[in-house]
Amino acid sequence: MYERGSELIKRRIAWAASALWLGFLLLAIVLGDSRSLIASPLPSVKVRALPAFARKYGMPCSSCHQGWPMLSPFGQAFKDNGYQMMNERDAPIFQQPAYWPVTFRITPTWHRENENRAQVDGPAGVSGNEASVTTHGFDWSGLDFHTGGTLAKNISFYVLPSSDNTGAFHFETVMARLDNLAGSSWFNLKFGKFELDNLLSEKRILTLSSISGVYTNYHFQPATENNGLNLAFPLFGFGIGDNQVGMELMGHSKDDRTRYSASVLSSNDGSPGLPTSRGYDGYFAFSQAFQVGSLGLQRIGAFDYIGQAPTYFQYTNGNNSGIPGNAAFGLPGTGIGNRSFYRAGLIGMFYIKKYDLTAMYFHSSDDKYLATGTPANAAFGTLPTGAQNATWNGALFESHYTYSPQLILIQRVELVRMSQQALPIVAGTPYTPGVSVPNASFGNEDVYTFAGRYYPFISSRAGFAFHGEYAFSHQVGTSPVTGQSLDFSSLLVGFDFAF
Amino acid sequence: MMRTRRLTKLVLGIAACVALPITASAQQGESHIGKLTGHADTGRQLYFRYCWGCHGFRGEGTGENWIPTGSFPDSPYLNIQPRNFVAAVFKCRSTPTGTLPLQQDLYNTLVRGVVNSNMPSWITLTSQNRADLIAFIMTFSARWKNDKPGDPITVPPEPKLTIEGIKHGQELYQKLECWKCHGPLGFGNGPSASTLTDSNDEPIRPFNFTAFSRFKCGSTNQDLYKIFMTGLDGTPMPSFADVVKPEEAWDLVHFLRTLQVELKSPELTLWESTKEGAQQVAASRVSGTPTGSGVKQ
Repeated sequence: MYERGSELIKRRIAWAASALWLGFLLLAIVLGDSRSLIASPLPSVKVRALPAFARKYGMPCSSCHQGWPMLSPFGQAFKDNGYQMMNERDAPIFQQPAYWPVTFRITPTWHRENENRAQVDGPAGVSGNEASVTTHGFDWSGLDFHTGGTLAKNISFYVLPSSDNTGAFHFETVMARLDNLAGSSWFNLKFGKFELDNLLSEKRILTLSSISGVYTNYHFQPATENNGLNLAFPLFGFGIGDNQVGMELMGHSKDDRTRYSASVLSSNDGSPGLPTSRGYDGYFAFSQAFQVGSLGLQRIGAFDYIGQAPTYFQYTNGNNSGIPGNAAFGLPGTGIGNRSFYRAGLIGMFYIKKYDLTAMYFHSSDDKYLATGTPANAAFGTLPTGAQNATWNGALFESHYTYSPQLILIQRVELVRMSQQALPIVAGTPYTPGVSVPNASFGNEDVYTFAGRYYPFISSRAGFAFHGEYAFSHQVGTSPVTGQSLDFSSLLVGFDFAF
Repeated sequence: MMRTRRLTKLVLGIAACVALPITASAQQGESHIGKLTGHADTGRQLYFRYCWGCHGFRGEGTGENWIPTGSFPDSPYLNIQPRNFVAAVFKCRSTPTGTLPLQQDLYNTLVRGVVNSNMPSWITLTSQNRADLIAFIMTFSARWKNDKPGDPITVPPEPKLTIEGIKHGQELYQKLECWKCHGPLGFGNGPSASTLTDSNDEPIRPFNFTAFSRFKCGSTNQDLYKIFMTGLDGTPMPSFADVVKPEEAWDLVHFLRTLQVELKSPELTLWESTKEGAQQVAASRVSGTPTGSGVKQ
């Protein structure tokens, strides 16, 4: 009876998923137009889902993933244990000699991108006009090669060479970890470049579009930053979703209900070669899960990233392209005049049977020098009049309906609200970099996402998903010419696969 | 009027035909573990997320990773085949050999996992999830409808640890011929070891006491006591309930602990304090370049 019912359900799910996917495609064609002027390449989304682990342990993807690449609580515990099942058979000595834990992942797509106010040439001169620009067509994502697992019992590793969709590779993750130090799950030491201990992992994000392939709240920086006015100021880029380089002490209870992590990280946003300063950042996370009746596992937690970034270089080396007036190149590693920033927040992950909701609150701040792109040295520049630290709040609500291991529907809302602008507010005046902003809501951002993924098969060998997604973002006052709202939309369908 | 009555009877009859099986199946589709009531319909969804890869769609233990008889040396990781839920023969029980386990026994196996096999601990699931899974697992076999679990064995209080008790356990290890499978020093390399098969005619290896800190069915002295008083059904490991007395079983437990030479235990400490024990432990301990396996090879 179960078998027959299962077949019927499978057929219905397949029909529903096909309809959903085709619906996205038709909608895309209807909405699309022929004004293909600019290309909006997909972000290089570095996601992790490893059939290599499934092959090693002979378990289906659905054991560790609620819908791959997003982890289930069991998968999170597997990761926290150092990619080990903890049944005394985790070391590679127990594997076939030919077994090599490697997985590749790539996603051929069709997508449509629209920007409502792109800066274009026109009657008002070069780059003096705005126009709605739409493009669409067939495309593909970057390519990820995941290798990970155990080198020995309680020594694990993860290496991820990753490319963008032009094939330019970089190392997204390079780390080794000593697991269960002193025989305790409370002490695990990770060393290298790795994803921060974010409960809502951006590397396992379920959405792929150019807008929602990353979490906006994880990367938001006020619109007043990196304005390019002072070339002595090193670009300040930071995202809590970016993999960082350093070391992490992490621990968890046997059942993974209680988790903590503390990291010391280089202040360079995970870039190789010590490109900026000799500073160090810290990241701390804690969470506790508890069971509520038959509803499932609920988890609440908090996190805080305390960082610093240089505002100028102590030494320079050579001239920038030999162009008079340009600032000299900073000598890598000599960035000084550090100024601080932080990203703090709360997270709740709530399960109500097949429905789950993740809610996050963010509070962030960037020092006024960072927020206005000003070197903290009078020889190089002075703070704009009335400059102050930029602070903002954010919220994220992501919900999933997991109909079965084969079908998951995703909805997400992200909101970012400036609570204190770095520059003075001068009402009625357009945004003037380094001088003023037009209103208190300048740079606020909303992002809405809807997506569905259907996995036509589940096995321990490979993964495949039909993916459909629509995302829309709205930024206040940041259109490049008129200072009106800037909207982006992205529609994407694709075949997401890993082997 | 007559027609109406007939119609009423017909409707009631149909309703009864539909309702009775539904009620019956609802009762059969439940598990009861402590205060928890598991439901098979929920367990089914969990089974087809977590378990079917090994245990198969029909619970016969022939999922996509099932390996035909005789091929296991080529796949050492999966050399212990997944449980066949249709046969409903379970190793880890608190009930006498040949009987069904308690539902609590199955629950404990889910919490604990099975060491040295592909079965992990499912402690990360909620307790309700585990109860639901057990309710569904029980739908695979008619045994759960026709038979009742055996009465759990009584584990008497553990006696005081003594040298004499350990030595008596050592004698029992010889007398009961445990060494034939598990080897004189507990390496799992006795003369019969290579000939052993389980109830599916699959090759099976005796437990290597020196390599692991945990046993298949637990890690405490009480668990070890239960293992050889209930036997591991479906394997060559028999029940010794009719052969040894409870106090003798405890002596055997204490001796077996001394075979776990890499695990600090009161039994090992006491045993090593004797000349004979120190010599035996020294002979069992191995040294050399580690392979990273986490266990002594």
